[in-house]
Formats: sequence, C-alpha cells, structure tokens
Amino acid sequence: MSDIAVIGFARSPRSEALVEVFDEVLSSAGLGRREIDFWCSGSSDYLAGRAFSFVSAVDAIGAVPPISESHVEMDAAWALYEAYVKILAGEAETALVYGFGKGSAGDLNRVLALQTDPYTVAPLWPDAISLATLQARLMSAELRPSEQNLGTDGASAVVLAAGDRATRNRDRPAWITGIAHRVDPPGLGERDLTTAPSATGAAADAGLTPDVEVAALHTPFAHQQLLLRRALGLGDDVRYLPDTGNAMFSGGLARIGAAAEEIMSGRARTAVAHATSGPLLQQNLVCTLGGTR
Amino acid sequence: MDTLAAPLTIAFDYTRSLGPVLGRFMAGLRDHRVLGSRTADGRVHVPPLEFDPDTLAPLTDLVEVSPTGTVVTWAWVDQPLEGQPLDHPFAWALIRLDGADTPMLHAVDTGTEDKIKIGLRVRIRWSPSPTGHIRDIACFEPGTAPERTGHEIGDAVTIMTTPIRLHYTHTTSVEEDRYLRALAEGRIVGQRCPACCKVYVPPRVCPADGVAPGEVVEVTDKGTVTTFCVVNVPFAGQRLTPPYVVAQVLLDGADIPIPHLILGVPSDQVRMGLRVSAVWRDRADWSTTPENIDHFEPNGEPDAPYESYAEHQ
Repeated sequence: MSDIAVIGFARSPRSEALVEVFDEVLSSAGLGRREIDFWCSGSSDYLAGRAFSFVSAVDAIGAVPPISESHVEMDAAWALYEAYVKILAGEAETALVYGFGKGSAGDLNRVLALQTDPYTVAPLWPDAISLATLQARLMSAELRPSEQNLGTDGASAVVLAAGDRATRNRDRPAWITGIAHRVDPPGLGERDLTTAPSATGAAADAGLTPDVEVAALHTPFAHQQLLLRRALGLGDDVRYLPDTGNAMFSGGLARIGAAAEEIMSGRARTAVAHATSGPLLQQNLVCTLGGTR
Repeated sequence: MDTLAAPLTIAFDYTRSLGPVLGRFMAGLRDHRVLGSRTADGRVHVPPLEFDPDTLAPLTDLVEVSPTGTVVTWAWVDQPLEGQPLDHPFAWALIRLDGADTPMLHAVDTGTEDKIKIGLRVRIRWSPSPTGHIRDIACFEPGTAPERTGHEIGDAVTIMTTPIRLHYTHTTSVEEDRYLRALAEGRIVGQRCPACCKVYVPPRVCPADGVAPGEVVEVTDKGTVTTFCVVNVPFAGQRLTPPYVVAQVLLDGADIPIPHLILGVPSDQVRMGLRVSAVWRDRADWSTTPENIDHFEPNGEPDAPYESYAEHQ
C-alpha cells in the first residue's frame, strides 16, 4: 500500500479565483500543472444556478490536451477521498483536489432545503437556519444559529502525492495516516440529532485517538462544535484550529488543508481534520495526518 | 464599477415515482390517515422507511398512527420563506405522533412564539384539497384529534409532483462584463491568451493553458462557417420554423468560433468555408447582450480555403 501525503494547500474567499488558487497550491507543492496526474473537484449546480457549472471550472485547469478529471456533488473533502483512492489504486501518483461554491448567488437558506429528503421534507422548504435551531434546542445550546454561519463564498485546493514523490519537494509532507467517511440516515427523525454516529464511526475507521495534537473541525453552526468534539472523542487537551467559516463545498477540504499545514510547518506532529456535508452533520469525513510515514 | 448582474429564476416541477411504501403513505395522507412502517426491532417509523436499516429487509408492514402528537423540538420563523407551509409566523417542529417512535418535521401554527413549547400536544390540520402529497398535511395546530378521522385508504399514489423555484443573481466576470458592454456599442471584443496568443471570443480562461485572458482584441463581425447543422426538429420554445441552419462562425481575428444562425440563404446552400457577416438588430434595440446580432448571412466573398479554418474543426 502506498503512503499518501498532503503537500500543498491554498484557499480564497472568492469562488471565482480558481486560476489564482491553482497557481498558489501548485507553487506550494513545488509541482507544475502538467505534473498533476488526477484532478478532482467538489461543487454544486444548485449554488451557482447553472447546469454543469463544474465544467467551466475545468477551463482553469488547462484541460487541453485532455486530463484525467472527476467531480463530486459534495464538499471537496469527498473529492479528496476519491483522489486518495485513485492514488492507492496506483492510477495516479499526484492529484490536485479543489472545491468552490458561490453561496451568495442564490438564497442559500432556501437552496439548502433541497439537500433534504425529496419526498417528505424538501417539499416543505425547511430553511437551513431553522433546521440548525431544532438541533441546537435539543442540545439546550445557548448559541442561536444565525445567518452568518450559513455559508460563504470560497474556493480551496489541496495537492496529494504518493511515497517518494511527496518528499521530493517537501521536507515535511503531511502523511495521511487514516481517512474514512460515513453517512447517517437522511430522515431528520431517524437519528438522535444531538449525536453524530457517522462521525464517531468515521473516526474509529480512520484510527483517530484522543492524544492527537491539533484538530480542524468543520462545523457550519457553533453548537455543532461541542457535539462534534464529543462524537470524535476529543477533549480539552487538543489544540483546535480557529473556525474559518463555512465556505460552501470547499470548507471541509480547507479544514484538511489547515490541519496539513500544521504538520508541514512543523507546528504539530499529529493532526485530525473533519469535514461535513448534508444537513445537520449527516455526512462526516475524518482524516488523520502525521509527520512520519 | 460593479460588473453586470441580472436576476434569474429557475423553476421546475419535479415528478417523483413513489414505491409501494411511500405510495401508501401518501395515499393515507390524502385520506386523512397516517401510516408508519414497523422495523424488525418493533419500532414504528413516521415517515415510513422503505427498508429495515438493521436487517435490510423491505418493509411492507405499515401500521396506522395517530394524527395527534407531541412537539420534541422547535424553531420559530418570524418571516416565512417562499414555499413554506404557512405565510404567517409559525414554528418548525419535530413532532412524534402517538404510536410512532420517530418524530417527523412539519410546521406548527400557534400564532405566537410564546405558545410553542417542547411537550406541546398538536394535531394535524388537513389540507382542504388533498392530492396524495406531504403537503396534504397543511400544518399542525395545538390540540388533539378525535380517535378516528380518516376514510378508507384508496389506491396507492404512484407519482407526486413538487414545484421547485429558486432565485439567483448572476454576476459576470470582469471579462464577460467588458464583452457584453462592447456588444451594447456594436463591437465584438475578445481577449488574447498570454501563453498561446490565441484570441478567445467571448473572452475566457484559456482551456489549454489555464491562465487568465490578457490583451483585449477587437474582432470584426465577419467570419467563416467552420461547420454547421440543419435544424429539422421542432422543439418547445423554438423561435424559427425548421429547417434552418445553426453554424459555428470563426470571426476574422478570433481563434475560436461562436455559434449562430445562418439566414438569408436556403439551408441546402450553406457550406463549410462560406463567408458570412453579422446582421445587427436596430440600434435602438441594442443592450448588453449577444442578441444584438440577429443572425449571420452570406456576404458574397469567395469561400475561405479549408486550410484557413482547418484547425477549428
């Protein structure tokens, strides 16, 4: 099995800034555009209000002559998972993963209703703020969900590389020591909303232990921070990276990038990143990172 | 200066096929009765699950629960959004119906926020015009329902229709903005890729080099048909009567063709290499849109040699 590491990270508060973000992440990884074997993105047409919006983003890659490329309609942390598997399978040595979303193009509070069950929930148009409030009240949380948490514009990118390829340009690659994702049932009444069993399961699958030094958690709403720390079994000894906002479809990937930067800079030896997608922490991904292979 | 922006509303009626479980659930709502599904562990799920999450067996054992239930958690809405069940302030709530083990989401009409609380007993207010849809529950209201209110449940619902309407503001990039403003003055501008020097009309990131467009280049409104198709098939919203020709037109000075109509010539006389010129609409009708060019038509110049556009096939 191949060792795979994060060797570059970049982000921007502008969803349209992909050309700049690619330049920055490639330069941080010490790679040229043509040295990327596989490109994978996360975004959603519902945010942009345009069909196949991810196709125009491919222009920013320079896709002529043809490249190997894929896309997920989830936070780009799941695109990273796809790229990780692609490298594990031996089909690529390097990958650039990116996510972008322009939450401000539409009414995000309504648009997000369309990720709920299409038969019994979405036809009621429950707004995202209200759903978060239902969860916060169950937790007796003082923190009231607000419009500010809903989601912002943004783009981020991460470069992955396998084995010796990772150490060629980086003294301290952030090796992926474990990665897993799970999904809880879509029915809002089908799980205890004060827990996130899929996050707990993903953490166990990824081999997360409570002695991890640094954590970067993706929590669109403030009350979910406490819920998630509990679900992941993390205590007060962990250094939590500051919340950088919920950039739509790139916020989770940016948590992986931020955790990796702690390793690449030498500020930490072990780190964990978490990403979420879907309503009320329904889908969760956990990625553990370390300074040694 | 802000770039051009325009509102856009996207609307579509989603029609969804219902299986044997949700089809009976929706039929129940139509006939004022609520059905849940029972899993192997004995728990009753409302709305019903189609498969048992533990045994993976299909769930066909539907059981009736009460139209009365208890609020588990709630969120007050001061300003209802488009499409929501009520158009005056209301509470979203998870409501566990009597006889069910899982709560369901719906709206509760208490009038004011001080009337909603965890533990409040609420009953279904049925829609006056049921169609076999989750919206047959108009909302919930405080109180308890008589034990038996429904009719015999008729045939399962096979399809439900849900209208989706979303509103956006499309904002142009600096390059798109420049292109559209030039069109409003009757000019066509492209931009040159700083790496490969090709001129893109409209301007865009060069897909070969992945770099932002550079030098602004004005191109002519004359060009060469590189390829075309004859539209023979009628479709909804069609503005011309078939047959007519849609072609790729390589404008002089550009390195990428634009699609447009070729009129003013019988469709069987359109050919690759045909030289054409833009026919602009009346200047009074111009705005920041490519529609300022109504169509292209032959301009009488000799056909362009194949080599001059071979790269654009």
